[in-house]
Amino acid sequence: MSIDDPMTNALLRTRRHFEPQKVSPDLRTLYKEGGRSGDAFYRDRWAHDKVVRSTHGVNCTGSCSWKVYVKDGIITWEAQQTDYPSAGADKPEYEPRGCPRGAAFSWYTYSPTRVRYPYVRGVLLEMFRAAKAEHGGDPVLAWASIVEDPEKARRYKRARGKGGLVRATWEDVVEIVAAAHVHTVKQYGPDRIAGFSPIPAMSPVSYTSGARFLELVGAPMLSFYDWYADLPNASPQMFGDQTDVPESGDWWDAGYLIMWGSNVPLTRTPDAHWMTEARYRGQKVIAVAPDYAENVKFADEWVTAAPGTDGALAMAMGHVVLKEFFVEQQVPFFEGYNKRFTDLPNLVALTQGPDGVLRPGKYLVAGDVEGGPKSDSENAMWKTAVFDSNTGELAIPNGSIGDRYGEEGMGRWNLELEGIDPLLSVYETRDDAVEVELPRFDAGDGKVAYESRGVPVRRVGERLVTTVLDLMLAQYGVGREGLPGSWPTGYDDPSAPATPAWQQEHTGVPAQQVERLAREWAQNAIDTGGRGMILMGAGVNHWFHSDQIYRAMLVLTTITGCQGRNGGGWAHYVGQEKIRPIMGFQHMAFALDWHRPPRHMNQTSYWYVHTSQYRYDTHNADDLDAGTGIFAGKGVMDLLAQSARLGWSPSYPTFDRSSLDIADQAEAAGMEVPAYVASELKSGAMKFAVEDPENPVNYPRVLSLWRSNLLGSSAKGNEYFLRHLLGTDSAATALEASPEHRPTSVEWADEAGEGKLDLLMTIDFRMTSSTILSDVVLPAATWYEKHDLSTTDMHPFIHSFNPAINPPWQTKSDWEAWKAVAKKFSELAVEHLGTRKDVIAKPLWHDTPEAMATVHGEVKDWKLGECEPIPGKTMPVIAVAERDYTAVYDKMTTIGPLLEKVGMLTKGVAYQVGREVDILRQRNGVAMSGAGKGQPKVETDVQMADAMLHLAGVSNGHLATQGFKFLEKRTGTQLADLSAEHEGKQITFADTQVSPVPVITSPEWSGSESGGRRYSPFTINIERKKPFHTLTGRQQFYVDHDWFIGMGEALPVYRPPLNMTQLFGEAPIGEQNELGVSVRYLTPHNKWSIHSEYQDNLFMLSLSRGGQSVWMSDRDADKVGIKDNDWIEMVNRNGVVAARAIVSHRMPEGTVYMHHAQDRLIDVPLTERDRKRGGIHNSLTRILLKPNHMVGGYAQLAYFFNYIGPIGNNRDEVTMIRKRTTPVEY
Amino acid sequence: MKIMAQMAMVMNLDKCIGCHTCSVTCKQAWTNRAGTEYVWFNNVETRPGLGYPRTYEDQEEWKGGWTLGKNGKLQLKAGGRLKKLANIFSNPKMPSIDDYYEPWTYDYETLLTSPATKNFPVARPKSLLTGKDMNVRWSANWDDDLGGSKEIAVKDPMLKGIEDKVKFEFEQTFMFYLPRICEHCLNPSCAASCPSGAIYKREEDGIVLVDQDRCRGWRMCVSGCPYKKVYFNHKTGKAEKCTFCYPRVEVGIPTVCAETCVGRLRYIGLMLYDADRVLEAASVENDHDLYEAQRSVFLDPNDPEIARAAEEAGIPGDWVEAAKKSPVRRLIQDYKVALPLHPEYRTMPMVWYIPPLSPVVDVIKETGHDGEDKNNLFAAIDTLRIPVEYLANLFTAGDVGPINDVLRKLAAMRSFMRDINLGGDPDESIAEAVGMDAESMYEMFRLLAIAKYNERY
Repeated sequence: MSIDDPMTNALLRTRRHFEPQKVSPDLRTLYKEGGRSGDAFYRDRWAHDKVVRSTHGVNCTGSCSWKVYVKDGIITWEAQQTDYPSAGADKPEYEPRGCPRGAAFSWYTYSPTRVRYPYVRGVLLEMFRAAKAEHGGDPVLAWASIVEDPEKARRYKRARGKGGLVRATWEDVVEIVAAAHVHTVKQYGPDRIAGFSPIPAMSPVSYTSGARFLELVGAPMLSFYDWYADLPNASPQMFGDQTDVPESGDWWDAGYLIMWGSNVPLTRTPDAHWMTEARYRGQKVIAVAPDYAENVKFADEWVTAAPGTDGALAMAMGHVVLKEFFVEQQVPFFEGYNKRFTDLPNLVALTQGPDGVLRPGKYLVAGDVEGGPKSDSENAMWKTAVFDSNTGELAIPNGSIGDRYGEEGMGRWNLELEGIDPLLSVYETRDDAVEVELPRFDAGDGKVAYESRGVPVRRVGERLVTTVLDLMLAQYGVGREGLPGSWPTGYDDPSAPATPAWQQEHTGVPAQQVERLAREWAQNAIDTGGRGMILMGAGVNHWFHSDQIYRAMLVLTTITGCQGRNGGGWAHYVGQEKIRPIMGFQHMAFALDWHRPPRHMNQTSYWYVHTSQYRYDTHNADDLDAGTGIFAGKGVMDLLAQSARLGWSPSYPTFDRSSLDIADQAEAAGMEVPAYVASELKSGAMKFAVEDPENPVNYPRVLSLWRSNLLGSSAKGNEYFLRHLLGTDSAATALEASPEHRPTSVEWADEAGEGKLDLLMTIDFRMTSSTILSDVVLPAATWYEKHDLSTTDMHPFIHSFNPAINPPWQTKSDWEAWKAVAKKFSELAVEHLGTRKDVIAKPLWHDTPEAMATVHGEVKDWKLGECEPIPGKTMPVIAVAERDYTAVYDKMTTIGPLLEKVGMLTKGVAYQVGREVDILRQRNGVAMSGAGKGQPKVETDVQMADAMLHLAGVSNGHLATQGFKFLEKRTGTQLADLSAEHEGKQITFADTQVSPVPVITSPEWSGSESGGRRYSPFTINIERKKPFHTLTGRQQFYVDHDWFIGMGEALPVYRPPLNMTQLFGEAPIGEQNELGVSVRYLTPHNKWSIHSEYQDNLFMLSLSRGGQSVWMSDRDADKVGIKDNDWIEMVNRNGVVAARAIVSHRMPEGTVYMHHAQDRLIDVPLTERDRKRGGIHNSLTRILLKPNHMVGGYAQLAYFFNYIGPIGNNRDEVTMIRKRTTPVEY
Repeated sequence: MKIMAQMAMVMNLDKCIGCHTCSVTCKQAWTNRAGTEYVWFNNVETRPGLGYPRTYEDQEEWKGGWTLGKNGKLQLKAGGRLKKLANIFSNPKMPSIDDYYEPWTYDYETLLTSPATKNFPVARPKSLLTGKDMNVRWSANWDDDLGGSKEIAVKDPMLKGIEDKVKFEFEQTFMFYLPRICEHCLNPSCAASCPSGAIYKREEDGIVLVDQDRCRGWRMCVSGCPYKKVYFNHKTGKAEKCTFCYPRVEVGIPTVCAETCVGRLRYIGLMLYDADRVLEAASVENDHDLYEAQRSVFLDPNDPEIARAAEEAGIPGDWVEAAKKSPVRRLIQDYKVALPLHPEYRTMPMVWYIPPLSPVVDVIKETGHDGEDKNNLFAAIDTLRIPVEYLANLFTAGDVGPINDVLRKLAAMRSFMRDINLGGDPDESIAEAVGMDAESMYEMFRLLAIAKYNERY
């Protein structure tokens, strides 16, 4: 029977009689007019009562604006807003930013994983209630009686994570939390408390809630950007800046785009379209990825560098560019840029060692040359030198850090050359050519080796000097006629760095491909005026030596004049941290309106110490550094202690006694506090806590997490957290260091502490690995149930969170939760704390004159008698804050007087804000009594959001202009016109509720949006000749600090992944044994979650594999008999993971991916080895500190929160993987 | 001639990032309810891969769509009405729940309510069909990003005949994404399969809907649709399918999947066509001719006679204007870069696709670049990783000619635009080499790249 046979037709014809609708003449189509009545169901389904603008909070850095649909008081679903201000008539637009994770968020609101009520672990709650009754109802004494009783403490700490949470009231939990804080302040001092809440940009008010409370108490906030390993230390090293990157709309402007370790469609989903669209504009796109990542599909070429070898690839591209565009020809565009904006022409003196060998040494500065130019000027030791090709003589151009501070530099801190023509190379005018020893780290044994290569030199007095470019050419193996030393014979010479053939040995990338890409890259820069961009991601940034990988990559973007251009330069997209109204945020979040300085802590160092991971360093610092010898005989822990005592890095808890006692003791001794501290330290009567970390008086005691899932996500060395910090089950089997590997300047306790922490409190709206381990869990409002702000560096808008519904059940916003804690704390303080003087040790800060503490970067240690301990110079700044602990709540909810009295300061720019505070008085109202009497209120989240917006240049044009005018005095160049167009613009919270609002160009950032252009970093530096915040004032390839030179990292150099076999005895990659096959273990971001959020979301689980999974190559799977979806077990010394395998040929052999932060809550069985719950991705990693990340007190190498410091890198790890053999059990 | 209007969609696969936002927003809005747990009106498939439900494209197995009879006439591949009536109580070609996936949830509440135990609590998967513990073995998107490729993707029905060209080896890897909704066909086999006459095509815009009152749950539409885009709601016992978001489209808002597409790759527009010629076009003998045959039934609203006839046929003036401006029409008819999905099913589908470019396979050899232009930064089509034969199996019933034409146009557009990007004069010969002129190439660039909201819809 076919469609047209008589039977069919007869049947169809009958249709006419039965169907009210029209039937087509051929009888085959039925037309139903409208068809609407029959399908009311879908019309009803679509109906809703209101649509509310909100977004997704800290967990995601996308900062997309969303429409949240509400029907009958229930959140139904969400969809993206499309009302972003235009990016320009001839450009694509930001609409509709979003991703599947965000689109699935509303599931959490009513999900069974929602935390609806406060919870406390039953065993603790029982103890607390009993203790309170015993102690006359005093919760502080009750808390003390539990935590100071070893048996009781062990009992509730051993129960952590293992169920038994019971529902409590807000009154209960607030009392416990406040009592724990009060007791700890009283007994040990406020720096034994800490808070962790990451990435404020995506809900600064929520971040501020706890941060403001803790800073008022005197507790340190733990950093996040460095801890996440997202901070590229290369940025402060080279640019003197934390990180500043182009908005995604600026990708459109690039003529050449390399996605390098940055899987744009997956990790930058809302922005990916800019890349796909820019291709149509004739942009060439390259993907560098070890696997066939999602972004590779969009590239013209796939460059498959082996994991962790990207530095070699970048070095080889640099080799080709330097040879073909700097030696074989001179490109005026490149020359002009480098003479002014980079340190290539800066002079470096060579140093002769005791062995007679010459090595690159220190920058030549004005103060080095007696009778030379500016040699007797202010800060002469901080002004770097060049040769002027006009005169052939030494010259000191403007703009180095020496011009940034002091009277003489006023109007001179700029990149105007004032007639000087810096000589890039002394090759033509050399007095001599000498061999210098340059390190290489690419040997199979993991040890340093040296190349001897010639550089041209000039004599300045006794010194032999050369330029940074001349050193770079030597470092990159680019020879020139007449220079001595050993050089590669050509691109095809694989024997020596940094030829294309050499990199092929390491990366596996064909040499010819590298040659061609390098040539295309440079030519594109010439053709487009610097519009070549590299999107850099976690794939290259999360390695131990990521700073060196980045420096080699940044050579490419910088020597070709691409930095500071629209469409050009680096685009680091890892942990988008950019809180655009940074000034308002910082002053509010860290309570700088009430007390200065704040306590800020590098979190990587914090946990390295307090989870006792330093005890598992079965090597010394010199082994970690490939045997350069600079750290011979020392452990990394020794270096950390040194960094703390020299004032380079923060260190909390700081001293081995309470910070509340020191001021009293100084007074008793009749001394000023700083002098007292210095003398106590010098005499050894007082020690830094980091020098005796297993002493219980130096433990961290209270930790609060909010907007954070530390123990399911960022906790590198998760199993060490469980054992030492929490005192519960742990799967780590690593051995502690044997005596020869132990630190020498730090006490080594026989036994490390277990369960150091007395209280772990988490505020969340869902169950996580952190909430199950917490003693107290507070129920949070979701992102659709509160007011807040959101910004990112990916787009130039500020928009808002708004409640689609009120917080349901017993949930509260973070702001309200912390206010409740603060109120109770203040009440309990009346009896227990009162007003105390708190002595704060603060590291030497970036963007202040403290950064000029270490002349020539020569390290002098007071403890070794090399100098005196001088606070603020050779040791931390010592400051005193008076804390009225009974007034914490009042202070938290009003804006303090310091803004008007002292002003605001951000990145070295000072602001007077009396006018702004008055406006806030009018807008928010004033407190009528209490500590904040007469001050503007910040009682509500909206008031706090308005305060932040009003106290920042990006959202208050008046302040932007004021800041630029301040800066103009220092630079002597024109800047204030950049914000003039918006001087009268004040963005309010109400504005952000209407639609995303574009920001104003402000000195808070380095790029300009003036006239509606797309944001790209450093455009102000390049276009307005404003110096970079570095020693030289230029983008710096060379770093001459003692530790950098000693580690062989004065210049960019290729450093391969750490050798875990040598350091820890793990099986070499590829080895097979009874535990399976050894593989590189990487933890990139997940398609179905951002951090651990969404990983438990039913939609995301239904679109993926439904639980923890590990991607591996079919070739590795075949070796050990693993099939797709088999249960596997991964084991190394740090822990165990039980998950399922996803086997695919798109994975490279020898590497597995366990996508980041899958948590341990969803379908994770007991492990075969331990019969305990399988671990998280960070159960197989641990913290490893890189020594030169701890350097401070030296120009751009000076500390600021989240700016610089040891990173929680995690990419160098290896693991065994095998098929599970026994049945799965839960 | 019978002029009719049809809402249609074009998806530019060259821009699809495989993020599945469309799937989630669609599911949240339409099928997030009991009975439709496993239903995704919109889904996204990694190709090569099996799709959802598994191997739905294998019509030798599933017998969906139309086939050309020996007499040259169209017939339902699953057989005519009598055969359907005979099988009405046991449809043999129904995908089982395993072919989709067994939907599940977890006992999340354990995480909060677990009593004090020896180990950390965990949430285990529970079937949404039986409520029992289950072992997750397949999902709505199991083979995403080539997961399990050597055991799964190798069975992709579209690899048939080109097995020698597709090696599942690391060095030759390729993949792309195929988002799918109901095709709202001009010649819908689902409607023709329905014994109850519950499936209808709306007269004014061609949207294909299931009348929920008339549906008797025979499920013949499920097997009749070769795209497997009609689903059975096991709670209501009725068929459900993508509605092209008619409650939104009727008031001028794009479909959920289109508006929430962060790749900005979906275009919605109106097409005018001659309904009288649909059957003839669907009945051309050679499968390779179906693409052009379908294009030939579309009518040009810019032709004054067509516009007048449309008016006479009762199509409102603003609809004719919409058809003139339709980005879908421009991509299908003017630039000829959009192609139908599986024209060989002969249902005359109305969701069309621009096939994707991909990286070159072998970058080392000299010929890695377009031989015609040494300065061209972009690769020649024949070195791309995605075999054109594979794309042809999806979009042109195996004819590589139109695929090559589209890919060459996209590559040429990039070369053409690079000159402009660098501040130079455009080279018209680049456009001419692919049968376009400078202006249309530039306009196509604006539509594909700048793609403002009001240009996409």
